[in-house]
Amino acid sequence: MAVDFDAYETVVGLEVHAQLLTQSKLFCGDSTAFGSEPNTQVSPITLAHPGTLPKMNKKAIEFAIKMGLACHCEIVKENYFARKNYFYPDLPKGYQLSQHTTPICKGGYLTIKINDQEKNICLNRIHIEEDAGKSLHDVDPEYTSIDFNRAGVPLIEIVSEPDIRSGDEASAYLTELRKLVRYLEICDGNMEEGSLRCDANVSVRKRGEQKLGTKAEIKNLNSIRNVKRAIEFESRRMMEMLAQGLEITQQTRSFDADSGTTFSIRDKEDAEDYRYFPDPDLTKFSLTDEFIENIRKTIPVLQKERIKKYTSEYQLSYYDASLLTEEKKFSDYFEQMINNLPPPLDGARGRPFKPAANWMLGPVRSWLNDNNLEIDEFPLAPTKIAGIIELIEEGKLSFSVASSKLFHEIIKSPKSDPGKIAEQKNWMQDSDTDHIENLIDQVLNKFPEKVKEYKKGKKGLIGLFVGEVMKLSKGKADPKITNDILSEKLNS
Amino acid sequence: MFEFFSIGQFHAQLRDGIVTCRQAVEHFLRQIDSTKHLNAFVEVYADEALRKADQLDMKRNAGKPMGSLHGVVIALKDIIAYKEHRLTASSKILNGFTSIYSATATEKLLREEAIIIGSCNCDEFAMGSTNENSAYGKVLNALDETRIPGGSSGGSAVAVQAGLCMVSLGSDTGGSVRQPADFCGIIGLKPTYGRVSRHGLIAYASSFDQIGIFANRIDDVAKVLQVISGPDAYDATVSQSEAANYAGKLSENQNKKYHFAYFNEALDHPSLDKEIARSIKNTIEKLKENDHAVEAVQFDYLDYIVPAYYVLTTAEASSNLSRYDGVRYGYRTKQTVSDLTEFYKFNRSEGFGKEVKRRIMLGTFVLSTGYYDAYFTKAQQVRQLLVKKTKEIFKNYDFILMPTSPSPAFKIGEKMNDPIAMYLADIFTVMANLVGCPAISLPLFKHSAGMPFGLQAMTSEFNEVSLLQVSKQLMELSVH
Repeated sequence: MAVDFDAYETVVGLEVHAQLLTQSKLFCGDSTAFGSEPNTQVSPITLAHPGTLPKMNKKAIEFAIKMGLACHCEIVKENYFARKNYFYPDLPKGYQLSQHTTPICKGGYLTIKINDQEKNICLNRIHIEEDAGKSLHDVDPEYTSIDFNRAGVPLIEIVSEPDIRSGDEASAYLTELRKLVRYLEICDGNMEEGSLRCDANVSVRKRGEQKLGTKAEIKNLNSIRNVKRAIEFESRRMMEMLAQGLEITQQTRSFDADSGTTFSIRDKEDAEDYRYFPDPDLTKFSLTDEFIENIRKTIPVLQKERIKKYTSEYQLSYYDASLLTEEKKFSDYFEQMINNLPPPLDGARGRPFKPAANWMLGPVRSWLNDNNLEIDEFPLAPTKIAGIIELIEEGKLSFSVASSKLFHEIIKSPKSDPGKIAEQKNWMQDSDTDHIENLIDQVLNKFPEKVKEYKKGKKGLIGLFVGEVMKLSKGKADPKITNDILSEKLNS
Repeated sequence: MFEFFSIGQFHAQLRDGIVTCRQAVEHFLRQIDSTKHLNAFVEVYADEALRKADQLDMKRNAGKPMGSLHGVVIALKDIIAYKEHRLTASSKILNGFTSIYSATATEKLLREEAIIIGSCNCDEFAMGSTNENSAYGKVLNALDETRIPGGSSGGSAVAVQAGLCMVSLGSDTGGSVRQPADFCGIIGLKPTYGRVSRHGLIAYASSFDQIGIFANRIDDVAKVLQVISGPDAYDATVSQSEAANYAGKLSENQNKKYHFAYFNEALDHPSLDKEIARSIKNTIEKLKENDHAVEAVQFDYLDYIVPAYYVLTTAEASSNLSRYDGVRYGYRTKQTVSDLTEFYKFNRSEGFGKEVKRRIMLGTFVLSTGYYDAYFTKAQQVRQLLVKKTKEIFKNYDFILMPTSPSPAFKIGEKMNDPIAMYLADIFTVMANLVGCPAISLPLFKHSAGMPFGLQAMTSEFNEVSLLQVSKQLMELSVH
């Protein structure tokens, strides 16, 4: 049966869990580092030994507020943690401490770009909660093993309204969200390691219909691409069911990345009663305006504003500006480089922003890619690249020598001065006009016939003369100066 | 022959070289040994206590300064963590469990050179008023072995009552220190909620629990309180204010005239033993004769107190006890289980005792969807009302006087089959826990039935200094 998919609309709301980059856990001093040996970051508090109590990590609250402010949320002043009671082996206390009932951030939105159009995806809320441990079913043939290192790691849950209309929009939303948490430096946004996790609530309805359809909650989505794939599969499945007149039942489904399909894990939430009540071990906490404003001050300039600045102030293309600002650290590095560039040599030219951008997107980025490193692991300080650019701008060094030789040489000894290396290695361009003129005279004397041909109109021969001068200078003659003097001599 | 009178006198004797810590410990070990049938102790750390005593004796003889609890022989309720020692809350579910850390109170005692001689029997997870709900069996009242010592800190109370240690710690969630003190004829103090860190105290009801002190003398209570009180990074609910100089200030204000309040609703309550009512009324008259102002204050909430208390404490308990699931530690069923639910069901059904299970079920019920507002929310409202009313009273009065318990210690088994009657007997003690204020039971009276009973005094939050000062006055009053 042919299904008219265009007659239906996909409606998606996303629930994203982001692990906060705090040094210690939400309610105790245990480390939150990822990838340690199982059960090495487990104090009696994490393991819920008898008599242990939670103690709030203030940093986690700050991070949640930071995210809320960046998403234009209302920050709730009076807060408490509730206990969500349920039994599971990876939940040591038998309850999870969560702000589920009283989120710290309400409302707000995140702007995505879809088909070159901006769209605001509204948020329902952002709340703080603790992560559970990890059940490992494949370590032992008989038993399930549990790693409690993750238990108690702070999470924020970012819940969107059902404003997302396609897999592409979901993908744009997650990309934007991941970029934002990385810009704010509150989460590393790594979906594979599970520091960013996403559940998708998917439903479909006839176009024009206002009422939401029955939803499926899809779990086990470990990449942005899989979120998109799962939504696309699930919405088609639902549309086909509706087209056949079948009724959709509320389900929790899991995504199978191999087949690209979803399958039911359970029908409707088995009416579980979590018996939420305020945790008596933690006192309620009130936030002052001053506290919130101080957090606001820690929010860096975000990508949108940076692109604006780069395109207007630095005269860079939108494309270059987007690439440069994709990651905050990369963009920060670029800006530090800009601040160390030489002041304009003459008023008209301005600072060499474009060459700086080219260095970032050219040699620097390829070196990072080749070595599989992040910009904060890059051995050279921004001042060093700025120094190289300065040498080029002054005509002392050619870009090709700088990028193919000097750049790699200085990475071997990042503390050294680029100018000194270039001098030692004899890479500096010759800009001594007397010396160049001398070389030019030698060349012109060597090729009297060619000079005659040039003068008759074979202007292309200038390349030959420049080449010969370069040969004599062993590549160090400043090409621009050479060209200028040659033209002057030949045209006189 | 060693004899213990007070910490002050013991320290003087140590300084004078009349006694040693070893002699003290040996004395108490002999006492414990000869009263084993009372079942006050779950475990006795004999060798360790002797070793510690020798170290202290050596240190003192070498002229080193003495900690404020130097050589003081203390027993801990089996609900307070002591690193590398058994900690079971007298429950089968923690059978064989060893704590890998010490409670803050324990740490503080050790820092002041106290000697911990053992852990004391109690009602399982501090739930009970008779010490009959223990995996280790009941504790006997040393004054009449056919009677219960009270609970839940019954073992700790008997340890002091029978002279098995100098002082002991218990925990008081709804009277678990004051009521056994009352039944055993000793002093029992429940400090303000948040005065002593709860870190390392096994939770029954988190917003009620507080570590309390048993002793024979007010000065000893003050000395111990001074040590165990104060801020703690491991407890978010503990007060950030430093401990006061309780011991140093104890002799002050001994002639001060106070404003006392009492409730006729309490003294005329149908559940209250007539003889107890009369004794307290006589004390009120005596105080008046001594120029104190003592007035009846109307208090209409008495009958709401016990229901509100049991709704809130069981709610918290149902969640606090979820961690005992047999996954990470503690009792695990020997039966074959077919799934996770059965694993939990068997572990917990076999591991917990009857009273604990009753309270977990009650608490689960009052937090359930559909019943939450009718029970939990309502009880919270009652609590808020009580807090407000109590604050108002303490604006005009320094102390509230009340009985500690409606009757003296009753016979073993007498109330075990009537849990409601048992709960109702908490009527005079749970108020201090609901509002968080400090309260003390003072052994002032003797019943014609041969058993002692006490007077309870309560005061405003963090006003332990005055509470201890007035206690000293009240103790003197009874002597004269």
